[in-house]
Amino acid sequence: MFGKLSLEAIPTHDPIIMTTITAIVIGGLALVAAITYFKKWGYLWSEWITSIDHKKLGIMYFLVALVMLLRGFADAIMMRSQLAMASAGAEGFLPPSHYDQIFTAHGVIMIFFVAMPMVIGLMNLVVPLQIGARDVAFPFLNNLSFWLFVAGVVLVNVSLFAGEFAKTGWLAYAPLSGLDYSPGVGVDYWIWALQISGIGTTLTGINFFVTILKMRTKGMTLFRMPIFTWTSLCANVLIIASFPILTATIALLTLDRYLGMHFFTNDFGGNMMMYVNLIWAWGHPEVYILILPAFGVFSEVISTFARKRLFGYGTMVWATVAITILSFIVWLHHFFTMGAGANVNAFFGIMTMIIAIPTGVKIFNWLFTMFRGRLEFTSPVLWTLGFIITFTLGGMTGVMLAVPAANFVLHNSLFVIAHFHNVIIGGVVFGMLAGLTFWFPKAFGFTLDEKWGKRSFWCWIIGFYMAFMPLYVLAFFGAVRRMQSYENGDWQPLMIVAWVGALIIAAGIACTVIQFIVSIRDRKKNQDVTGDPWGGRTLEWSTSSPAPFYNFAHLPEVNDIDGFWDQKQRNGGEAPLSKPPYQDIHMPKNTWEGPIIALFATVAGFALVWHIWWLAIVGGVATFATFMARVFREDVDYYVPAAEVERIEREHQQRVEMQA
Amino acid sequence: MATDTLSNHEGHAHGHDHHDDHHDTAGTKVFGFWVYLMSDLVIFGSLFATYAVLLRGTAGGPSGADIFELPLILISTFLLLVSSFTYGMAVLAMNADRVNQVKAWLAVTFLLGAGFIGLELYEFQHLIHLGFGPDRSAFLSAFFTLVGTHGLHVIFGLIWILVMLVQLQQKGLTEMTRPRIMCLSLFWHFLDIVWICVFSFVYLMGVL
Amino acid sequence: MRRNPTLRMLGVLLLLSLPLLLAGCSSALLDPKGQVGEEQRTLILTSLALMQIVVIPVIVMTLLFAWRYRRSNRDATYTPDWSHSNKIEAVVWFIPMVIIVFLAILTWYTSHSLDPHKSIEPTENQQEPMEIQAVSLDWKWLFIYPEQGIATVNELAFPEDTPVRFRVTSGSVMNAFFIPRLGSQIYAMAGMDNDVHLIADDPGVYPGRSTNYSGAGFSEMTFDAHVGSRQEFDAWVEQVRESSKSLTFPEEYYALAAPSEDNEIQYFSEVSPSLYESIIKSFLAGGDHEERMTAFADRYAAGFGHGAAHDDDGHGESTGSHGESMSSEAAE
Repeated sequence: MFGKLSLEAIPTHDPIIMTTITAIVIGGLALVAAITYFKKWGYLWSEWITSIDHKKLGIMYFLVALVMLLRGFADAIMMRSQLAMASAGAEGFLPPSHYDQIFTAHGVIMIFFVAMPMVIGLMNLVVPLQIGARDVAFPFLNNLSFWLFVAGVVLVNVSLFAGEFAKTGWLAYAPLSGLDYSPGVGVDYWIWALQISGIGTTLTGINFFVTILKMRTKGMTLFRMPIFTWTSLCANVLIIASFPILTATIALLTLDRYLGMHFFTNDFGGNMMMYVNLIWAWGHPEVYILILPAFGVFSEVISTFARKRLFGYGTMVWATVAITILSFIVWLHHFFTMGAGANVNAFFGIMTMIIAIPTGVKIFNWLFTMFRGRLEFTSPVLWTLGFIITFTLGGMTGVMLAVPAANFVLHNSLFVIAHFHNVIIGGVVFGMLAGLTFWFPKAFGFTLDEKWGKRSFWCWIIGFYMAFMPLYVLAFFGAVRRMQSYENGDWQPLMIVAWVGALIIAAGIACTVIQFIVSIRDRKKNQDVTGDPWGGRTLEWSTSSPAPFYNFAHLPEVNDIDGFWDQKQRNGGEAPLSKPPYQDIHMPKNTWEGPIIALFATVAGFALVWHIWWLAIVGGVATFATFMARVFREDVDYYVPAAEVERIEREHQQRVEMQA
Repeated sequence: MATDTLSNHEGHAHGHDHHDDHHDTAGTKVFGFWVYLMSDLVIFGSLFATYAVLLRGTAGGPSGADIFELPLILISTFLLLVSSFTYGMAVLAMNADRVNQVKAWLAVTFLLGAGFIGLELYEFQHLIHLGFGPDRSAFLSAFFTLVGTHGLHVIFGLIWILVMLVQLQQKGLTEMTRPRIMCLSLFWHFLDIVWICVFSFVYLMGVL
Repeated sequence: MRRNPTLRMLGVLLLLSLPLLLAGCSSALLDPKGQVGEEQRTLILTSLALMQIVVIPVIVMTLLFAWRYRRSNRDATYTPDWSHSNKIEAVVWFIPMVIIVFLAILTWYTSHSLDPHKSIEPTENQQEPMEIQAVSLDWKWLFIYPEQGIATVNELAFPEDTPVRFRVTSGSVMNAFFIPRLGSQIYAMAGMDNDVHLIADDPGVYPGRSTNYSGAGFSEMTFDAHVGSRQEFDAWVEQVRESSKSLTFPEEYYALAAPSEDNEIQYFSEVSPSLYESIIKSFLAGGDHEERMTAFADRYAAGFGHGAAHDDDGHGESTGSHGESMSSEAAE
């Protein structure tokens, strides 16, 4: 009846997990009770859960990402604590069966359920506004993508309560992830969480690619698009071209595990090297999906706060395009030590280094944007400066890893761990936090507290260097990644330094949480009345904050790269306000089908993990039926009457005048 | 913020001026579907690559030359090719606004596609019966998965045809059904092209 | 903000990280004991140095520009619309390109000269090459000495100044064979015969381990490589030969292959001929690897979900025709 699922599945023997579960259950119940008490279910359902508004979806992506950041960081601090203790024969507090799940979960959560939703959330919030659109091309799909992503989040978190998570490392290399060596449900959780959320990501990629190509406002040629939109476009091209590889690879692993096939098994002709190739053919473009939009954020931040045009816009675009293309022909550098021939290794090594050229050019372009500018040291700028330095160092170690003969001794060591945290924290995390601070007023109508933002930055950057520089050093002593304990006691002092670094990063995360609380408390004081708190250059700042659900009363027209800056210049430095007459605005309606489809998909995924076949069939059929309901639904859009638009616009303008 | 407090104008864009602001126009839909097909192509590409790598992984079991029955495959290839032609006729009928003809051609396409699937199921069942199921060797895993994934796509196309037949019955040729028929057309021809690759790389080269 | 602590802190941090790097001089990779490792150290340091041509200016320029062009500094030139300069663009493309061209040449050259598959030609004062076969098991290393007819678990010995060809495979999941002081690592993969050529120039005990995560017992999957004179090596071989244990394929091998953690050193005085080849072949058709491994299913299912996966799917069923040659009816 319940497949492999039984009460034994709850890890009652592990006090750490049980405490976490208790905390989550109590927290969850409190949340549900609060929502019920304040009678907010209807509001949540109609304003958020079923919303197709890209801005609200962006906010929800970020919210989930921040919650998952706490979970992923809890994993990180446990790992660092374990390694600070488990030296020279000491076993620490985490046995391998638990430790191995933690580092797997940390990687999976941080990449798929923190970095990806932050990037996609920011794209959602910003891209349609930047291109002067009222919407994305396929609003229903956008909602569905978000909820499929949440389905993946739910499955990963359920693995904490029922059963276990994968103990294979975040990419679940076969044959370790095969049935022979991982008979438990952990890998199955991994499979279904990534498969379901991955499909959501592919849909997002298609959606935003079409949005950017088809829905740009009048005058916005490709080479007038803001850089963040350009980098998003390239990231979406990468999603479209690489996520299907992930889908296929996971599907093949699924067939191995569920139907006894032999794609990646040791015997019966299976080939595990194919798995490694396929997973990295997706995995390498994936890191560029994360970093390109972060590059975009830094470009916007630096030119806005330097009050200067971005230096070398064209170069920036072409460098981005070059990185996009090159990112597909470097995947083998993740496994030079597999033993391919010297020519193959050399080719992939050199291709990897070539990526450093356009990336280096971008860095110089940011520097020359500051040059002869008027740089204001706001917290987004601090994140950007921290990024430029940290990322340069990370890029340098990346090039070292790309030299195959050097890689033969650096591979799988803590050098690799230090390198990719160097680029992911220094690049993606800094970028997303900069972007969050930068565009927060556009989402909520007030700016974030600067003092706590800067404190967060200092904690992050000091914590980062303390946590990861020791790992570079340890690698030279022969320290390897994914060790639960190590014999060499000489490594312990540096491991403890790294642990302290992680604690400082924890303080940085705490600062961000406090920043939110303080900013919400002071929201009146920090209100962004004009919609243009920073002296913005691109279209998203030309509408009110928070932007009305239809984004723009009249679709703007663009004559320059910095479209809004140009508009202000022509209008004597003032932002032009919208004028009547207004027209009816065509908008999509909310959708109940998105969340419901994802709900059934979650049920089906859970049933498949536990081999509860009847439930899997019920879930699958219900998913399909809900989709059919959508297919047959006709009232998917409506018109906002001109009078309503006029009322909303007038309210905004009155506020602006009051302030003036 | 007040999305659903706004009065809802029933129906679609009729009677309203079309500005450049509206979303989900037919063109955007078809373009989006193209992009989807490209991503689907990447899935097939991955499966083809896997098949090529595992081709020799027969583990003492049969190779392609031992099990492929070309005459059968030739018949199913013709069924699918002809179904592409009949679908083309359906699109021509749609452009001429002849809804009954559209339905008729779609029905013919459905029958041809169903025939294709029937033959594929027969082939699979026959192989499994001989003990050459997908769990026999890596080569057979790759073969069943590549051909089966194409088959699943065709089955999805068949369901889609049924949905379109129902919707044509209910609504006729509207702004909603037309782009869908166009997208399905792309999908169906796409599957034809993929099948030609399957036929050439898997069956022909397997036997030769 | 008047005075900017950002930049100063960053500088301090960089300075702090420098001694950490210098401290590495006594480390395994920076103090290698073999020719391969030495060349790799030189390569790492060269590429690091080469990139400083860009890295240092970038860091300096970041701090300098940010400070010089701060909002409050009204003395600095301000050109809000200046956004293009062919000269600067040419320079910022050209310099990274030149560096990458150098690195690419270096990469091409060293990828070939340090190719792990390339055998090391002994020089005049070096001895004739020898072969050792390394098999990663869950979670221990089996070393087979085909020339001596012995085998060990988790202990390795070979003479100094002797090029050693390590043939590397796995009896389980993927691992990687690595002795940091000697240089290159290589993946150990089931059913595949990989190799890496290493040489030790100095006597000593060099720790080695698997670097590729392979499951529960991975952390303790370590061994020591004892490098000494030819006489010391011969004495060690004799010591192994005194062991009463033997390692025959398949029975005793599969008993050893059963998953076990934190393994003791073991010596085997007798070994099945071509044991290494038999292990590789066990994964190809005709072997009974599948049945043997099913016996270990419980041990992999640490925690829960245990065994169940094997009960309710038809994993074993397909083995009926396993190993049989093509039946004639199938070919019709």
